[in-house]
Amino acid sequence: MAAVITTDRLTRKFGSFTAVNEISFEVMQGEIFGFLGANGAGKTTALRMLTGLLTPSSGAATVAGFDVWRHPEMVKKRIGYMSQKFSLYEELSIRENIRLFGGIYGLSRSAIRTKTDDLLRKLDITGEADKLVGSLPLGWKQKLAFSAALIHEPRVVFLDEPTSGVDPLTRRQFWELIYQAAADGVTLMVTTHFMEEAEYCDRLSMMVDGRIEALDTPAQLKKQYNATNMDEVFRAIARKN
Amino acid sequence: MAANIEISGISKKFGTVRALDNVSFNIHPGEIFGLIGPDGAGKTTLFRILATLLLPDAGTARVAGLDIVNDYRTLRLKLGYMPGKFSLYQDLTVEENLQFFASVFGTTIQENYDLVAPIYSQIEPFKKRRAGALSGGMKQKLALSCALIHRPEVLLLDEPGTGVDPVSRQEFWEMLGTLRKEGITMLVSTPNMDEAALCDRVALLQEGRIMAVDTPEGVVSAFRYPLWAVRSAEMHRLIEDLRQFEGAADCYAFGSFARLKLYPGNDESGTETRIRTYLDQKGHRQTELLPARATIEDCFIEYMKQ
Repeated sequence: MAAVITTDRLTRKFGSFTAVNEISFEVMQGEIFGFLGANGAGKTTALRMLTGLLTPSSGAATVAGFDVWRHPEMVKKRIGYMSQKFSLYEELSIRENIRLFGGIYGLSRSAIRTKTDDLLRKLDITGEADKLVGSLPLGWKQKLAFSAALIHEPRVVFLDEPTSGVDPLTRRQFWELIYQAAADGVTLMVTTHFMEEAEYCDRLSMMVDGRIEALDTPAQLKKQYNATNMDEVFRAIARKN
Repeated sequence: MAANIEISGISKKFGTVRALDNVSFNIHPGEIFGLIGPDGAGKTTLFRILATLLLPDAGTARVAGLDIVNDYRTLRLKLGYMPGKFSLYQDLTVEENLQFFASVFGTTIQENYDLVAPIYSQIEPFKKRRAGALSGGMKQKLALSCALIHRPEVLLLDEPGTGVDPVSRQEFWEMLGTLRKEGITMLVSTPNMDEAALCDRVALLQEGRIMAVDTPEGVVSAFRYPLWAVRSAEMHRLIEDLRQFEGAADCYAFGSFARLKLYPGNDESGTETRIRTYLDQKGHRQTELLPARATIEDCFIEYMKQ
């Protein structure tokens, strides 16, 4: 299976402060990869480099086959992004939001039309297409935002705390969409502070002070740190330093 | 003597949205009481009403024996409120923020230093730093210090765990344990079902309605369906297959396992073999199967469906 994200001693400094310090890892196609770390550990800086928003100070990274330093614009076209904070425009209807996202990613009118129909059918909200997003329940918004992030068929999707705050029923439906995307070959990189969410991932990396301190499957990490849950693993790794 | 909270028939609408619908429960003196519910359940509305910042449309509440509407002035002196959104002055230093809150309540840092010391001492080395430049965990410690500096009898903590990493979150719960020894009654909200276990009692809130009030163990022990944790190499297909399993009430993603919920049956001794045979027939590889215990989250979903 091919690596869709690779980093090789990827580093970012701000003045004398090293936010990301020589991180190297690979994420495979169709993998759900958890990207964890305490506040200030360097996760956001690393993500900004991987999404083509920030230039590395040294080292290299490729995402969806493109070098983030040489071709950040190509990277941006091939990734999707969704977070709890930024997802959709509340003042636009469901249909308008989909059209906007499709347009931004350069989809043709007919492609947008087909995609819109598919998406509405898949989420079972065809009758609600002209409702303003602001009037929808949070759970719907989250599922819709995730589907919008997939509209241009990206190879990699970045999810930033995708389900924090949503009700448990919606969370499960949401993770089912994630599993489905992974089964379709999409690679998902998930950042979260919630260790229950981390348990859903195939593999996890844990950043501490700009470095990757641990990287393995949730089961292996629990074994390695002699822990019963990921919360204990997180604390063991973060407190060691 | 620690204070109690009595909430009786509180309702609140915003336009056509029913934020709270006839909410009633009591919090015992000195208790850590958890208000558990997703975003939009009405947690913050209830906090704002109890903090005397918002009037209910109907119902009454008494905090520390005082009515939230008629006695709001006296009550405010007895309340410590930590809103979900960081609400300190970002341009003031750590120390200036604390001084400000102390002076608003007519007291000084020195007078109540013993109460805040276990928390404040952790950020005191940075007391000249602006609040806006603190990390998430440190902001939270400062906000808690400011909510405590007038020695309140009741603490209202709205989603203290949101946006902070697990290490800071655990430290925060440890601090609440320390405060309980001081006899402070605490109402804590969270959308995170895991945190329910850290409370003495919890109320489950969904769409403005209280679904249950009990100890965390009490909530879990009321769950009657046998549960199994199952995984295989293909999680998405596994969930779909298990939904078709005979006797399955539901199957859903849950952490690194799928959760299979069965209808309570007569003969459960053969269940494990039946599931294994079924998964083999469906061609699943690397399967793992374990009996599972219900969590608050399983119970929450059950109540949502009722």
